[in-house]
Amino acid sequence: MKKVTFPHLGTSVVVFNDLVRDLGNEPVVPIRPNKKILDLGVQYGPEFACLPFKILLGSYLEAVERGADTVVTSGGSGPCRAGHYGEVAQKIMASAGKELEFIVFDSIYQKPLEFIRKVNRLNSAKLSYWSIVQLVRFYWRKLQALDRLERTSHRMRPRELKRGETTQVFNQSIKWVQESKTMGQIDEAEAAGLKAFDVIAQDPAADVVKVGIVGEIYVVLEPASNLEIEETLGNMGVEVNRSIYLTGWTRENAPGGKKADGFEEAAKPYLPEPIGGHAQESIGHTVMYARDGYDGVIQLAPFTCIPEIVVKTIMPRITREHGIPVLTFFLDEQTGKAGMQTRLEAFIDMLRRKKRTREEATYARVSGD
Amino acid sequence: MRGYLGIDVGSVSTNVVVLDEQDEVLADLYIRTNGQPIKAIQTGMESIRPELREDLEICGVGTTGSGRQLAAAIVGADVVKNEITAHSVAALNMVPGVRTILEIGGQDSKIIILRDGVVTDFAMNSVCAAGTGSFLDQQASRLTIPIEEFGDYALKAKSPVRIAGRCTVFAESDMIHKQQMGHNLEDIIRGLSEALVRNYLNNVGKGKEILEPVVFQGGVAANKGIKAAFESALGLPVQIPKYFSVMGAVGSAFLAKEHVGRHRPTNFKGFNVTNDTFTGKSFNCSGCSNGCEIIEISNQEAVVGRWGGRCNKWEIA
Repeated sequence: MKKVTFPHLGTSVVVFNDLVRDLGNEPVVPIRPNKKILDLGVQYGPEFACLPFKILLGSYLEAVERGADTVVTSGGSGPCRAGHYGEVAQKIMASAGKELEFIVFDSIYQKPLEFIRKVNRLNSAKLSYWSIVQLVRFYWRKLQALDRLERTSHRMRPRELKRGETTQVFNQSIKWVQESKTMGQIDEAEAAGLKAFDVIAQDPAADVVKVGIVGEIYVVLEPASNLEIEETLGNMGVEVNRSIYLTGWTRENAPGGKKADGFEEAAKPYLPEPIGGHAQESIGHTVMYARDGYDGVIQLAPFTCIPEIVVKTIMPRITREHGIPVLTFFLDEQTGKAGMQTRLEAFIDMLRRKKRTREEATYARVSGD
Repeated sequence: MRGYLGIDVGSVSTNVVVLDEQDEVLADLYIRTNGQPIKAIQTGMESIRPELREDLEICGVGTTGSGRQLAAAIVGADVVKNEITAHSVAALNMVPGVRTILEIGGQDSKIIILRDGVVTDFAMNSVCAAGTGSFLDQQASRLTIPIEEFGDYALKAKSPVRIAGRCTVFAESDMIHKQQMGHNLEDIIRGLSEALVRNYLNNVGKGKEILEPVVFQGGVAANKGIKAAFESALGLPVQIPKYFSVMGAVGSAFLAKEHVGRHRPTNFKGFNVTNDTFTGKSFNCSGCSNGCEIIEISNQEAVVGRWGGRCNKWEIA
């Protein structure tokens, strides 16, 4: 039986674990990226590779210690080196004496036959294609439910009266979704989760500012790589909206997927061509957040990530033309939160003051009429 | 007589300031943190006390800097605020109408843009320590020049040499190379000052609209060479406020005064903390899978502060 491990990406772990199992493999669940994983990644990875690579490499190496012999991951096309990370990780591990099978899924559009061959390699249970489609639909629905619950948690957290309650409810609802055995049960789990969020005691007078999060997909999606910035912001009374969710991103890259949400159009005056990574998304979403009346945007980028460096350089112009403040974090090995806390606090202070000034100005205009 | 205490516990220095009701600085103190913030806070409190009048009553306390939470737990603070807010409040009070603040401290450098007395934009160095006080300190001691005279050397330069400013490692090897080629010390130091300013403006100051009045504060503002380099790079006069090196503490004192107002009682525990023994310990909470690292500060047996968790379970501030 294949012992399969895969990248740790936020809440999706519980779903991929079951999918791998149902295809007839033994899942070696990736643990939440921690100090040990980071140490392994830094030790074996090239110095200037980005944080996502080091976390993934470290995570595979850790899984090998627990018996993993196969890695399933995604590839990618376009000028971002993350597209080669599967192959690079395989080579590095081989040179360290750890020969593993790597199954790297690229977009189904580019090489459909190869895609199907890869599915076959993972299909140890020899399920029919029809069963696989059913399975993927089932787990896709779980991912959607998880994303929806997470979105709701971002809305509830800044208004909770008892700190930590939203996180507790969210963790509980993840379990409910994970334990669901049928489509109907997923619906129920999702509804129960949303209801549980509803009964969290809320502070109606909370002075909530709204912040959008943009940036490179891994550091946006994996809280362990961004020092749990969304939760930290929530606890500071900030409603967070994340521009990328796994289900959203996959849909854009899957057959029949609807392309994008208009970010390309919004990014056009600043970055008319895709330059790799999530640069165009970051630019476009920042403009869209400004139009939607958000108070600020936070850009998350792995240190040495070229696409996000380009974005950072363009941001001052967006700030000037759309009046939206942007704070950038370059993430690397550091695990001390104090620096981030200070910058976030100052940024949120500034957004609050600006919001108040704006509201007063509006009030004055309205009452002056 | 009423007074307000501001404490800024930074990576390199710990500063204590006392303001009076008329916003005058009664006493200010700048000491090295030396990696022991608790001891620095205690020493600071002990040293500033004799400078104050007997009848002075501390009515509000504010803390800032990377050790702000620690300081708050030890002395009993009313306001705990980040450095950006504290620095802007101080500059606004000391230099009315200020529109740009350049601040270079021990481990961080920041730029704050203000319009009509409100912070509209700021940036802080994120991944690079080139162009902060520690690096200058290190170079001064390598050249065995007291850091206080570093600026004077720069001003004596006739033709500054170019030093790479992007990274402290590059800068240092560049300096050593130029010095071995035979360039004189003054020109090298001036070159370093220019490199630091160039790096600051390209990195922290990128895309920011720098308008007059420009205030330069933080420990590095004592360095005349850096001030001159800023003025020539910006083409604008740069003002250095009287209390430039303790502005964070000044701002905290202002914030404390504003917060406490006339009626609210202060949390201040008194100057006696200097005789107490504070100890810090940490443990991993096992309440859930987060495994948060909890820090606990005790005074003898009594716990005075506890933080670090992602929920409220252990929190005592």
